[in-house]
Amino acid sequence: MSLAGQYAIVGVGDTKVGRVPEYSKTGLALLAAARAIDDSGLSRDDVDGVLTSQMGGTFIYSLEIATKLGIQPRYTTVMELGGATSVCMAQQAAVAIEAGLANAVLCVHAQKQATEGQRPRHGGALLRGFDEFDRPFGHPGATAVHALAARRHMHLYGSTSEDFARIAVAERLHASLNANAQRREPITLEDHQASRWVIEPFRLLDCCQVSDGAGAFIVTSAKRARNLQKPPVYLLGFSQFHPHRFISDQNADLTSTGAVVSGPRAFAMAGLSPKDVDAAELYDCFTYVVLTELEDYGFCGKGEGREFIKDGRIEIGGSLPVNTHGGLLSQGHVEGMMHVVEAVRQLRGNEVEPARQVEGAKVVLVSGHGGQMSTHGSLILGTERP
Amino acid sequence: MTSTNRPLPKPDEDSDEFWRYCSLHELRMQRCNTCGHFRFRPSVICPNCLSTEASWERLSGTAQIHSFVVVHQQMVVGYDQVPYVIALVDLDEGPRMTTRIVDCEANDLSIGLQVQVTFEDYTDDISLPVFVPSKSRV
Ligand SMILES: [Zn+2]
Repeated sequence: MSLAGQYAIVGVGDTKVGRVPEYSKTGLALLAAARAIDDSGLSRDDVDGVLTSQMGGTFIYSLEIATKLGIQPRYTTVMELGGATSVCMAQQAAVAIEAGLANAVLCVHAQKQATEGQRPRHGGALLRGFDEFDRPFGHPGATAVHALAARRHMHLYGSTSEDFARIAVAERLHASLNANAQRREPITLEDHQASRWVIEPFRLLDCCQVSDGAGAFIVTSAKRARNLQKPPVYLLGFSQFHPHRFISDQNADLTSTGAVVSGPRAFAMAGLSPKDVDAAELYDCFTYVVLTELEDYGFCGKGEGREFIKDGRIEIGGSLPVNTHGGLLSQGHVEGMMHVVEAVRQLRGNEVEPARQVEGAKVVLVSGHGGQMSTHGSLILGTERP
Repeated sequence: MTSTNRPLPKPDEDSDEFWRYCSLHELRMQRCNTCGHFRFRPSVICPNCLSTEASWERLSGTAQIHSFVVVHQQMVVGYDQVPYVIALVDLDEGPRMTTRIVDCEANDLSIGLQVQVTFEDYTDDISLPVFVPSKSRV
């Protein structure tokens, strides 16, 4: 039997995003988790599953989070898929409940990079392959990975820095309407073009924020969700595809993400197509990634992203608003967790600032993308069961 | 020998042969004895056919630029001389690797350009395979 519409997100919570020096990473995670429980209308004791991201945390970190919330879970594990983790946690939660391992699964991610720096997030061993075959050449990590990919896309399809600028400008516009955004001052295409090169072809305004913050959500069955305090947001379709670990893999395609496989499968599960999507919260560690995702999900053909994003199409009020919260580029980098939280709030219809509410949103696509264009998760959320 | 505080690779059981050959200024990679597939990064098993039998074969050292970027701010310890060029190169024998393109102007580079391996010596045990644009360009 298909799981389409059988599970729902019933609670979301978050913290301030930006610089939050007053809380530890664990503290932020716990605050977001408690807010998600409160938002759901479930009692703490109803939550019997806990998933967390790795978060550079301690041994069996998901159980530390559970214990500090007073939960003795029937199901818990740490997941590490980089920026795809949150979208994939939602899928894992549904599967665990389907299998009878839990009734309600809390999913949590926290980030503390603005005040603690970027490096300590992973203990040494996790970056071993990178430290041996990339970093010695002066390779700093994610920015270079995605700049290499962007250059290849520019070469094959004629995309330009000016195209990337449209994405930065649209997301900043959305962040300017979001009270909980790290960067709220609007920018223009000219501002983008005048910003300095970081790793060419990326300018400063092609790059995401470095942030503190946390988010959480709770998944339970559609049946249980019916009697809770807020309207359920159903998991209509989901899928994953993880094509390679390193872009130096001989077979790695730098001009597409795992969405070329996971996207069509998620749409098929939901019985929907790209034209049914009212808004898309697309993982956006760098502007270029949004461009290729729009193509990979079939909103336009390969190489047509640069035309697709013109004329305000991806801005609120356009036909496909993208990253209505401002995304990693401007709201802040909570590794994709806030994309899920935002999608749920958009679908509930009365939880975000009216100026950035997508009118009548019924279907929202959320994507997660991690590593060296390595991991990808697709999640289609909606207000109505099929 | 380049004196440096740059991060250097720490070879392990799977990769020490690769780095030992680099220290001799030879670019060698494992070639599967069963299916002929060249593999990189070093591994105990062929990702093409799962055979564990392989030989360290010397490569031509000729490659084409798959993509490249220009680093404009210092982000890695020891890499304070910016700008510099990081690239992915496709070796003629098949494998792709991360490297730097040296002795070049970034403006002269393009995807598809032919490049040739050369080695930067850091310690007695570690030399990094980097690439320069080929002299006889196609
Ligand atoms: Zn083989």
